[in-house]
Amino acid sequence: MAEKKVSLGKEFTKGLIKENPVLRLVLGTCPTLAVSTSVVNALGMGVSAMIVLICSNIVISLLRKVIPSKVRIPVYIVVIASFVTIVQMLVKAFVPALDAALGVYLPLIVVNCIILGRAEAFAGKHSVLASAVDGVGMGIGFTLALCCMAAIREVLGAGTFLAGAQDLLVLFGNNVLNGFNGFTLIKEGSALSPMTVFILAPGGFFTFGLLMACANRLAERSGKPKAELKGCEACPMAGSCSIRADGGACEDGKEEASA
Amino acid sequence: MTAYFAILLTAILTGNFVLCKFLGICPFLGVSKKLNTALGMSAAVVFVMALATAVTYPINKFLLVKNDLEYLQTIVFILVIAALVQLVEIVLKKFMPPLYNALGIYLPLITTNCAVLGVVILNVDEGYNFAQSMFNSVGAGLGFMLAMVIFSGVRSRLESCDVPKFLQGLPIVLIAASIVSLSFMGFTGLVEGLLGL
Repeated sequence: MAEKKVSLGKEFTKGLIKENPVLRLVLGTCPTLAVSTSVVNALGMGVSAMIVLICSNIVISLLRKVIPSKVRIPVYIVVIASFVTIVQMLVKAFVPALDAALGVYLPLIVVNCIILGRAEAFAGKHSVLASAVDGVGMGIGFTLALCCMAAIREVLGAGTFLAGAQDLLVLFGNNVLNGFNGFTLIKEGSALSPMTVFILAPGGFFTFGLLMACANRLAERSGKPKAELKGCEACPMAGSCSIRADGGACEDGKEEASA
Repeated sequence: MTAYFAILLTAILTGNFVLCKFLGICPFLGVSKKLNTALGMSAAVVFVMALATAVTYPINKFLLVKNDLEYLQTIVFILVIAALVQLVEIVLKKFMPPLYNALGIYLPLITTNCAVLGVVILNVDEGYNFAQSMFNSVGAGLGFMLAMVIFSGVRSRLESCDVPKFLQGLPIVLIAASIVSLSFMGFTGLVEGLLGL
Protein backbone atom coordinates (compact mmCIF):
# COMPACT_ATOMS: atom_id res chain seq x y z
CA MET A 1 0.00 0.00 0.00
CA ALA A 2 2.75 2.38 0.96
CA GLU A 3 4.44 1.82 -2.37
CA LYS A 4 1.28 2.57 -4.25
CA LYS A 5 0.91 5.90 -2.47
CA VAL A 6 4.44 6.93 -3.37
CA SER A 7 3.84 6.23 -7.03
CA LEU A 8 0.55 8.15 -6.97
CA GLY A 9 2.37 11.14 -5.56
CA LYS A 10 4.90 10.81 -8.34
CA GLU A 11 2.19 10.66 -10.99
CA PHE A 12 0.81 13.86 -9.57
CA THR A 13 4.00 15.87 -9.26
CA LYS A 14 5.59 14.80 -12.53
CA GLY A 15 3.02 16.83 -14.49
CA LEU A 16 3.83 20.00 -12.59
CA ILE A 17 7.49 20.47 -13.41
CA LYS A 18 9.44 17.42 -14.49
CA GLU A 19 7.07 16.50 -17.30
CA ASN A 20 5.24 19.79 -17.61
CA PRO A 21 3.07 19.25 -20.69
CA VAL A 22 3.75 22.66 -22.20
CA LEU A 23 7.33 23.48 -21.33
CA ARG A 24 8.85 20.00 -21.18
CA LEU A 25 6.73 17.81 -23.43
CA VAL A 26 5.86 20.66 -25.84
CA LEU A 27 2.22 19.65 -26.16
CA GLY A 28 -0.79 21.89 -26.54
CA THR A 29 1.14 24.77 -28.03
CA CYS A 30 -1.84 26.21 -29.92
CA PRO A 31 -4.02 27.06 -26.90
CA THR A 32 -0.93 28.09 -24.94
CA LEU A 33 -0.08 30.74 -27.49
CA ALA A 34 -3.63 31.75 -28.27
CA VAL A 35 -5.29 32.30 -24.90
CA SER A 36 -2.35 33.52 -22.84
CA THR A 37 -3.17 37.17 -23.54
CA SER A 38 -4.55 37.62 -20.03
CA VAL A 39 -4.21 35.67 -16.81
CA VAL A 40 -7.97 35.34 -16.43
CA ASN A 41 -8.33 33.77 -19.89
CA ALA A 42 -5.41 31.47 -19.17
CA LEU A 43 -6.96 30.34 -15.88
CA GLY A 44 -10.30 29.72 -17.56
CA MET A 45 -8.72 27.74 -20.38
CA GLY A 46 -6.50 25.78 -17.98
CA VAL A 47 -9.36 24.80 -15.71
CA SER A 48 -11.64 23.87 -18.64
CA ALA A 49 -8.93 21.70 -20.18
CA MET A 50 -8.16 20.17 -16.78
CA ILE A 51 -11.78 19.15 -16.24
CA VAL A 52 -11.90 17.54 -19.69
CA LEU A 53 -8.55 15.86 -19.08
CA ILE A 54 -9.52 14.38 -15.70
CA CYS A 55 -12.95 13.18 -16.85
CA SER A 56 -11.72 11.68 -20.11
CA ASN A 57 -8.77 10.05 -18.34
CA ILE A 58 -11.14 8.41 -15.86
CA VAL A 59 -13.60 7.19 -18.48
CA ILE A 60 -10.92 5.94 -20.86
CA SER A 61 -9.16 4.15 -18.05
CA LEU A 62 -12.45 2.51 -17.03
CA LEU A 63 -13.03 1.38 -20.60
CA ARG A 64 -9.45 0.40 -21.36
CA LYS A 65 -10.18 -3.34 -21.33
CA VAL A 66 -13.33 -2.98 -23.43
CA ILE A 67 -12.00 -0.80 -26.23
CA PRO A 68 -10.47 -2.82 -29.08
CA SER A 69 -7.05 -1.40 -29.75
CA LYS A 70 -7.71 -0.95 -33.46
CA VAL A 71 -10.44 1.61 -32.99
CA ARG A 72 -9.14 3.17 -29.80
CA ILE A 73 -8.31 6.57 -31.31
CA PRO A 74 -11.86 7.25 -32.61
CA VAL A 75 -13.24 6.04 -29.28
CA TYR A 76 -10.93 8.37 -27.37
CA ILE A 77 -11.95 11.24 -29.61
CA VAL A 78 -15.65 10.60 -28.99
CA VAL A 79 -15.13 10.45 -25.22
CA ILE A 80 -13.08 13.64 -25.23
CA ALA A 81 -15.49 15.45 -27.57
CA SER A 82 -18.41 14.58 -25.28
CA PHE A 83 -16.69 16.09 -22.27
CA VAL A 84 -15.66 19.14 -24.26
CA THR A 85 -19.29 19.65 -25.27
CA ILE A 86 -20.37 19.43 -21.63
CA VAL A 87 -17.70 21.91 -20.53
CA GLN A 88 -18.60 24.19 -23.43
CA MET A 89 -22.26 24.24 -22.37
CA LEU A 90 -21.36 24.88 -18.72
CA VAL A 91 -19.03 27.74 -19.64
CA LYS A 92 -21.64 29.25 -21.97
CA ALA A 93 -24.24 29.11 -19.23
CA PHE A 94 -22.26 30.19 -16.19
CA VAL A 95 -19.24 32.18 -17.41
CA PRO A 96 -20.40 33.86 -20.63
CA ALA A 97 -17.53 36.36 -20.60
CA LEU A 98 -15.02 33.51 -20.72
CA ASP A 99 -16.91 31.88 -23.57
CA ALA A 100 -16.67 35.11 -25.53
CA ALA A 101 -12.97 35.51 -24.74
CA LEU A 102 -11.94 31.95 -25.60
CA GLY A 103 -14.18 31.72 -28.66
CA VAL A 104 -13.17 28.95 -31.01
CA TYR A 105 -10.42 27.70 -28.69
CA LEU A 106 -12.97 26.24 -26.28
CA PRO A 107 -14.34 23.60 -28.69
CA LEU A 108 -10.78 23.12 -29.94
CA ILE A 109 -9.88 21.48 -26.61
CA VAL A 110 -11.00 18.34 -28.48
CA VAL A 111 -7.84 18.38 -30.57
CA ASN A 112 -5.56 19.55 -27.77
CA CYS A 113 -2.76 17.04 -28.01
CA ILE A 114 -2.26 17.00 -24.23
CA ILE A 115 -5.60 15.30 -23.74
CA LEU A 116 -5.40 12.78 -26.56
CA GLY A 117 -1.74 12.25 -25.76
CA ARG A 118 -2.40 11.43 -22.12
CA ALA A 119 -5.28 9.14 -23.09
CA GLU A 120 -2.98 7.23 -25.41
CA ALA A 121 0.17 7.29 -23.31
CA PHE A 122 -1.28 6.87 -19.84
CA ALA A 123 -5.01 6.41 -19.29
CA GLY A 124 -5.28 3.56 -21.77
CA LYS A 125 -2.72 1.55 -19.81
CA HIS A 126 -3.16 2.45 -16.15
CA SER A 127 -5.70 2.07 -13.35
CA VAL A 128 -8.50 4.55 -12.82
CA LEU A 129 -7.00 6.18 -9.74
CA ALA A 130 -3.58 6.63 -11.31
CA SER A 131 -5.16 8.04 -14.47
CA ALA A 132 -7.24 10.52 -12.51
CA VAL A 133 -4.18 11.65 -10.55
CA ASP A 134 -2.20 11.93 -13.77
CA GLY A 135 -5.01 14.07 -15.20
CA VAL A 136 -4.99 16.38 -12.18
CA GLY A 137 -1.20 16.74 -12.28
CA MET A 138 -1.01 17.36 -16.02
CA GLY A 139 -3.98 19.73 -15.84
CA ILE A 140 -2.38 21.80 -13.09
CA GLY A 141 0.91 21.77 -14.98
CA PHE A 142 -0.84 23.05 -18.10
CA THR A 143 -2.66 25.75 -16.14
CA LEU A 144 0.56 26.81 -14.40
CA ALA A 145 2.48 27.15 -17.64
CA LEU A 146 -0.40 29.06 -19.25
CA CYS A 147 -0.70 31.45 -16.31
CA CYS A 148 3.04 31.97 -16.18
CA MET A 149 3.07 33.01 -19.81
CA ALA A 150 -0.12 35.03 -19.51
CA ALA A 151 1.25 36.96 -16.52
CA ILE A 152 4.27 38.09 -18.55
CA ARG A 153 2.19 38.97 -21.59
CA GLU A 154 -0.57 40.75 -19.71
CA VAL A 155 1.73 42.87 -17.54
CA LEU A 156 3.97 43.89 -20.43
CA GLY A 157 1.35 44.07 -23.13
CA ALA A 158 -1.67 45.57 -21.41
CA GLY A 159 -0.27 46.96 -18.18
CA THR A 160 -2.80 45.08 -16.10
CA PHE A 161 -2.79 41.94 -13.97
CA LEU A 162 -5.79 39.68 -13.42
CA ALA A 163 -8.01 42.14 -15.28
CA GLY A 164 -11.55 40.83 -15.57
CA ALA A 165 -11.25 38.56 -12.53
CA GLN A 166 -14.81 39.43 -11.62
CA ASP A 167 -16.11 38.04 -14.92
CA LEU A 168 -14.66 34.65 -14.11
CA LEU A 169 -16.53 34.45 -10.81
CA VAL A 170 -19.79 35.91 -12.02
CA LEU A 171 -21.43 32.61 -11.10
CA PHE A 172 -21.02 33.40 -7.41
CA GLY A 173 -22.60 36.83 -7.59
CA ASN A 174 -21.71 40.22 -8.92
CA ASN A 175 -19.63 41.46 -6.03
CA VAL A 176 -17.87 38.37 -4.79
CA LEU A 177 -14.44 40.06 -4.93
CA ASN A 178 -15.62 43.28 -3.25
CA GLY A 179 -15.28 45.29 -6.42
CA PHE A 180 -11.77 44.01 -7.13
CA ASN A 181 -11.36 43.50 -10.84
CA GLY A 182 -7.62 43.18 -11.36
CA PHE A 183 -4.69 45.53 -10.84
CA THR A 184 -3.98 48.35 -13.25
CA LEU A 185 -0.22 48.72 -13.32
CA ILE A 186 -0.02 51.31 -16.06
CA LYS A 187 -2.71 53.91 -15.62
CA GLU A 188 -4.25 55.52 -18.64
CA GLY A 189 -2.66 58.85 -19.49
CA SER A 190 0.56 58.12 -17.65
CA ALA A 191 3.91 58.63 -19.32
CA LEU A 192 4.36 54.88 -19.77
CA SER A 193 2.38 52.97 -22.29
CA PRO A 194 2.17 49.18 -22.47
CA MET A 195 3.97 47.25 -25.23
CA THR A 196 0.89 46.14 -27.09
CA VAL A 197 2.90 43.77 -29.27
CA PHE A 198 3.13 41.38 -26.32
CA ILE A 199 -0.57 40.61 -26.37
CA LEU A 200 -0.50 40.26 -30.15
CA ALA A 201 0.63 37.17 -32.02
CA PRO A 202 4.39 37.93 -32.28
CA GLY A 203 4.61 38.55 -28.53
CA GLY A 204 3.08 35.13 -27.93
CA PHE A 205 5.77 33.33 -29.93
CA PHE A 206 8.49 35.48 -28.37
CA THR A 207 7.40 34.94 -24.76
CA PHE A 208 6.99 31.22 -25.36
CA GLY A 209 10.47 31.03 -26.86
CA LEU A 210 12.05 32.79 -23.90
CA LEU A 211 10.11 30.72 -21.36
CA MET A 212 11.23 27.59 -23.16
CA ALA A 213 14.82 28.81 -23.00
CA CYS A 214 14.49 29.36 -19.23
CA ALA A 215 12.94 25.91 -18.78
CA ASN A 216 15.79 24.36 -20.77
CA ARG A 217 18.38 26.21 -18.72
CA LEU A 218 16.83 25.02 -15.46
CA ALA A 219 16.55 21.47 -16.77
CA GLU A 220 20.15 21.52 -17.88
CA ARG A 221 21.27 22.68 -14.47
CA SER A 222 19.57 19.70 -12.87
CA GLY A 223 21.12 17.43 -15.47
CA LYS A 224 18.06 16.68 -17.57
CA PRO A 225 17.89 16.77 -21.36
CA LYS A 226 16.30 19.88 -22.78
CA ALA A 227 12.85 19.94 -24.25
CA GLU A 228 12.71 19.13 -27.90
CA LEU A 229 9.67 19.06 -30.05
CA LYS A 230 8.41 15.64 -29.11
CA GLY A 231 4.94 16.18 -30.45
CA CYS A 232 5.10 12.96 -32.41
CA GLU A 233 6.03 10.87 -29.44
CA ALA A 234 2.91 11.73 -27.56
CA CYS A 235 0.95 12.04 -30.76
CA PRO A 236 -1.52 9.20 -31.01
CA MET A 237 -0.88 8.98 -34.73
CA ALA A 238 2.79 8.18 -34.22
CA GLY A 239 2.32 4.54 -35.15
CA SER A 240 0.88 5.22 -38.56
CA CYS A 241 3.00 8.26 -39.30
CA SER A 242 6.03 8.05 -41.50
CA ILE A 243 7.19 11.65 -41.27
CA ARG A 244 9.66 10.67 -38.60
CA ALA A 245 11.38 8.38 -41.08
CA ASP A 246 11.39 11.25 -43.51
CA GLY A 247 13.68 13.27 -41.27
CA GLY A 248 10.94 15.74 -40.44
CA ALA A 249 10.52 16.69 -36.87
CA CYS A 250 10.57 13.62 -34.80
CA GLU A 251 13.39 12.02 -32.99
CA ASP A 252 13.07 8.34 -32.48
CA GLY A 253 10.23 7.82 -30.05
CA LYS A 254 11.41 6.84 -26.64
CA GLU A 255 9.06 4.81 -24.59
CA GLU A 256 6.91 6.51 -22.02
CA ALA A 257 9.00 6.10 -18.92
CA SER A 258 6.21 5.89 -16.40
CA ALA A 259 5.35 2.40 -15.28
CA MET B 1 -17.31 39.06 -55.75
CA THR B 2 -15.22 41.61 -53.85
CA ALA B 3 -16.57 40.22 -50.61
CA TYR B 4 -15.35 36.74 -51.53
CA PHE B 5 -11.89 38.02 -52.36
CA ALA B 6 -11.85 39.90 -49.08
CA ILE B 7 -12.54 36.63 -47.24
CA LEU B 8 -9.86 34.83 -49.22
CA LEU B 9 -7.20 37.49 -48.72
CA THR B 10 -8.05 37.93 -45.06
CA ALA B 11 -7.67 34.20 -44.48
CA ILE B 12 -4.33 34.12 -46.27
CA LEU B 13 -2.68 37.31 -45.00
CA THR B 14 -4.22 39.39 -42.23
CA GLY B 15 -5.97 36.55 -40.46
CA ASN B 16 -3.33 33.92 -41.19
CA PHE B 17 -4.27 30.77 -39.30
CA VAL B 18 -0.80 29.95 -38.06
CA LEU B 19 0.74 33.34 -37.48
CA CYS B 20 -2.27 35.33 -36.30
CA LYS B 21 -4.74 32.80 -34.95
CA PHE B 22 -2.30 30.21 -33.57
CA LEU B 23 -4.06 27.27 -35.20
CA GLY B 24 -1.96 24.38 -36.47
CA ILE B 25 1.18 25.30 -34.54
CA CYS B 26 2.26 21.67 -34.09
CA PRO B 27 2.82 20.95 -37.80
CA PHE B 28 4.12 24.51 -38.26
CA LEU B 29 6.93 23.85 -35.78
CA GLY B 30 7.24 20.14 -36.43
CA VAL B 31 7.18 19.65 -40.18
CA SER B 32 8.78 22.88 -41.36
CA LYS B 33 12.39 21.71 -41.29
CA LYS B 34 12.51 20.90 -44.98
CA LEU B 35 10.80 22.64 -47.86
CA ASN B 36 9.46 19.48 -49.48
CA THR B 37 7.86 18.09 -46.31
CA ALA B 38 6.45 21.54 -45.57
CA LEU B 39 4.91 21.69 -49.04
CA GLY B 40 3.51 18.15 -48.85
CA MET B 41 1.95 18.75 -45.45
CA SER B 42 0.36 22.03 -46.44
CA ALA B 43 -0.98 20.63 -49.72
CA ALA B 44 -2.66 17.89 -47.71
CA VAL B 45 -4.05 20.50 -45.31
CA VAL B 46 -5.53 22.61 -48.15
CA PHE B 47 -7.11 19.48 -49.60
CA VAL B 48 -8.60 18.25 -46.32
CA MET B 49 -9.79 21.71 -45.25
CA ALA B 50 -11.70 22.23 -48.49
CA LEU B 51 -13.14 18.73 -48.36
CA ALA B 52 -14.07 18.95 -44.67
CA THR B 53 -15.90 22.23 -45.26
CA ALA B 54 -17.73 20.86 -48.28
CA VAL B 55 -18.91 17.90 -46.22
CA THR B 56 -19.64 19.53 -42.87
CA TYR B 57 -21.54 22.50 -44.29
CA PRO B 58 -24.53 20.46 -45.53
CA ILE B 59 -24.42 18.23 -42.45
CA ASN B 60 -24.61 21.27 -40.21
CA LYS B 61 -27.27 23.04 -42.24
CA PHE B 62 -29.61 20.19 -43.09
CA LEU B 63 -29.11 17.87 -40.14
CA LEU B 64 -27.99 19.73 -37.05
CA VAL B 65 -29.58 23.16 -37.42
CA LYS B 66 -32.83 21.74 -38.75
CA ASN B 67 -33.24 19.43 -35.77
CA ASP B 68 -31.97 21.87 -33.12
CA LEU B 69 -28.89 19.78 -32.52
CA GLU B 70 -26.28 22.56 -32.78
CA TYR B 71 -24.81 21.53 -29.46
CA LEU B 72 -23.52 18.36 -31.16
CA GLN B 73 -21.40 20.36 -33.60
CA THR B 74 -18.07 19.69 -31.91
CA ILE B 75 -18.56 15.92 -31.75
CA VAL B 76 -20.06 15.59 -35.22
CA PHE B 77 -17.42 17.75 -36.87
CA ILE B 78 -14.44 15.97 -35.37
CA LEU B 79 -15.91 12.56 -36.21
CA VAL B 80 -16.73 13.60 -39.75
CA ILE B 81 -13.21 14.94 -40.21
CA ALA B 82 -11.64 11.79 -38.77
CA ALA B 83 -13.77 9.52 -40.95
CA LEU B 84 -13.20 11.70 -43.98
CA VAL B 85 -9.45 11.59 -43.61
CA GLN B 86 -9.51 7.80 -43.37
CA LEU B 87 -11.74 7.59 -46.42
CA VAL B 88 -9.59 9.94 -48.44
CA GLU B 89 -6.56 7.89 -47.54
CA ILE B 90 -8.19 4.67 -48.74
CA VAL B 91 -9.55 6.22 -51.94
CA LEU B 92 -6.25 7.87 -52.82
CA LYS B 93 -4.33 4.67 -52.17
CA LYS B 94 -6.59 2.71 -54.47
CA PHE B 95 -7.24 5.13 -57.31
CA MET B 96 -4.55 7.80 -57.27
CA PRO B 97 -1.28 6.25 -56.14
CA PRO B 98 0.93 9.18 -57.25
CA LEU B 99 -1.12 11.63 -55.20
CA TYR B 100 -1.18 9.15 -52.32
CA ASN B 101 2.58 8.90 -52.40
CA ALA B 102 2.84 12.66 -52.23
CA LEU B 103 0.23 13.39 -49.56
CA GLY B 104 -0.56 10.05 -47.95
CA ILE B 105 1.91 10.13 -45.11
CA TYR B 106 0.60 13.48 -43.91
CA LEU B 107 -3.05 12.52 -43.85
CA PRO B 108 -3.21 10.65 -40.51
CA LEU B 109 -1.60 13.63 -38.81
CA ILE B 110 -4.28 15.97 -40.04
CA THR B 111 -7.13 14.39 -38.11
CA THR B 112 -5.94 15.99 -34.92
CA ASN B 113 -4.76 19.19 -36.56
CA CYS B 114 -6.64 21.99 -34.86
CA ALA B 115 -6.55 24.15 -37.99
CA VAL B 116 -8.97 21.83 -39.81
CA LEU B 117 -11.51 21.63 -36.98
CA GLY B 118 -10.89 25.32 -36.35
CA VAL B 119 -11.79 26.43 -39.87
CA VAL B 120 -14.97 24.38 -39.85
CA ILE B 121 -16.09 25.81 -36.51
CA LEU B 122 -15.14 29.34 -37.51
CA ASN B 123 -17.21 29.06 -40.70
CA VAL B 124 -20.23 28.22 -38.57
CA ASP B 125 -19.50 30.93 -36.00
CA GLU B 126 -19.14 33.56 -38.71
CA GLY B 127 -22.40 32.48 -40.32
CA TYR B 128 -20.82 32.08 -43.75
CA ASN B 129 -22.85 30.63 -46.61
CA PHE B 130 -21.49 27.73 -48.64
CA ALA B 131 -19.41 29.76 -51.10
CA GLN B 132 -18.03 32.00 -48.35
CA SER B 133 -17.13 28.94 -46.28
CA MET B 134 -15.28 27.39 -49.20
CA PHE B 135 -13.36 30.60 -49.89
CA ASN B 136 -12.47 30.91 -46.21
CA SER B 137 -11.29 27.29 -46.00
CA VAL B 138 -9.19 27.40 -49.15
CA GLY B 139 -7.77 30.74 -48.02
CA ALA B 140 -6.95 29.33 -44.60
CA GLY B 141 -5.21 26.37 -46.23
CA LEU B 142 -3.24 28.60 -48.59
CA GLY B 143 -2.31 30.83 -45.68
CA PHE B 144 -1.05 27.78 -43.84
CA MET B 145 0.99 26.84 -46.90
CA LEU B 146 2.44 30.34 -47.20
CA ALA B 147 3.46 30.36 -43.55
CA MET B 148 4.99 26.89 -43.80
CA VAL B 149 6.99 27.70 -46.94
CA ILE B 150 8.29 31.00 -45.59
CA PHE B 151 9.16 29.42 -42.28
CA SER B 152 10.96 26.46 -43.78
CA GLY B 153 13.16 28.99 -45.59
CA VAL B 154 13.82 30.81 -42.35
CA ARG B 155 14.66 27.56 -40.60
CA SER B 156 17.11 26.45 -43.25
CA ARG B 157 18.99 29.74 -42.69
CA LEU B 158 18.74 29.25 -38.96
CA GLU B 159 20.62 26.00 -39.16
CA SER B 160 23.83 27.67 -40.25
CA CYS B 161 23.59 30.37 -37.58
CA ASP B 162 25.64 30.58 -34.44
CA VAL B 163 22.88 30.59 -31.85
CA PRO B 164 23.59 31.31 -28.15
CA LYS B 165 23.66 28.04 -26.26
CA PHE B 166 20.59 28.62 -24.13
CA LEU B 167 18.47 29.47 -27.17
CA GLN B 168 19.45 26.46 -29.24
CA GLY B 169 16.69 24.20 -30.42
CA LEU B 170 13.09 25.14 -29.94
CA PRO B 171 13.49 28.60 -28.31
CA ILE B 172 15.23 30.16 -31.31
CA VAL B 173 12.68 28.57 -33.65
CA LEU B 174 9.88 30.20 -31.65
CA ILE B 175 11.64 33.56 -31.70
CA ALA B 176 12.10 33.24 -35.48
CA ALA B 177 8.38 32.47 -35.72
CA SER B 178 7.72 35.60 -33.71
CA ILE B 179 9.61 37.71 -36.24
CA VAL B 180 7.82 36.09 -39.19
CA SER B 181 4.55 36.75 -37.41
CA LEU B 182 5.59 40.36 -36.84
CA SER B 183 6.18 40.75 -40.57
CA PHE B 184 2.68 39.43 -41.25
CA MET B 185 1.30 42.20 -39.05
CA GLY B 186 2.48 44.54 -41.78
CA PHE B 187 -0.46 43.33 -43.84
CA THR B 188 -2.93 44.93 -41.41
CA GLY B 189 -5.40 47.04 -43.32
CA LEU B 190 -4.17 45.74 -46.67
CA VAL B 191 -7.35 43.92 -47.60
CA GLU B 192 -9.58 46.90 -46.89
CA GLY B 193 -7.22 49.23 -48.73
CA LEU B 194 -6.81 46.96 -51.73
CA LEU B 195 -10.47 46.23 -52.27
CA GLY B 196 -11.74 49.61 -51.14
CA LEU B 197 -14.04 48.28 -48.47
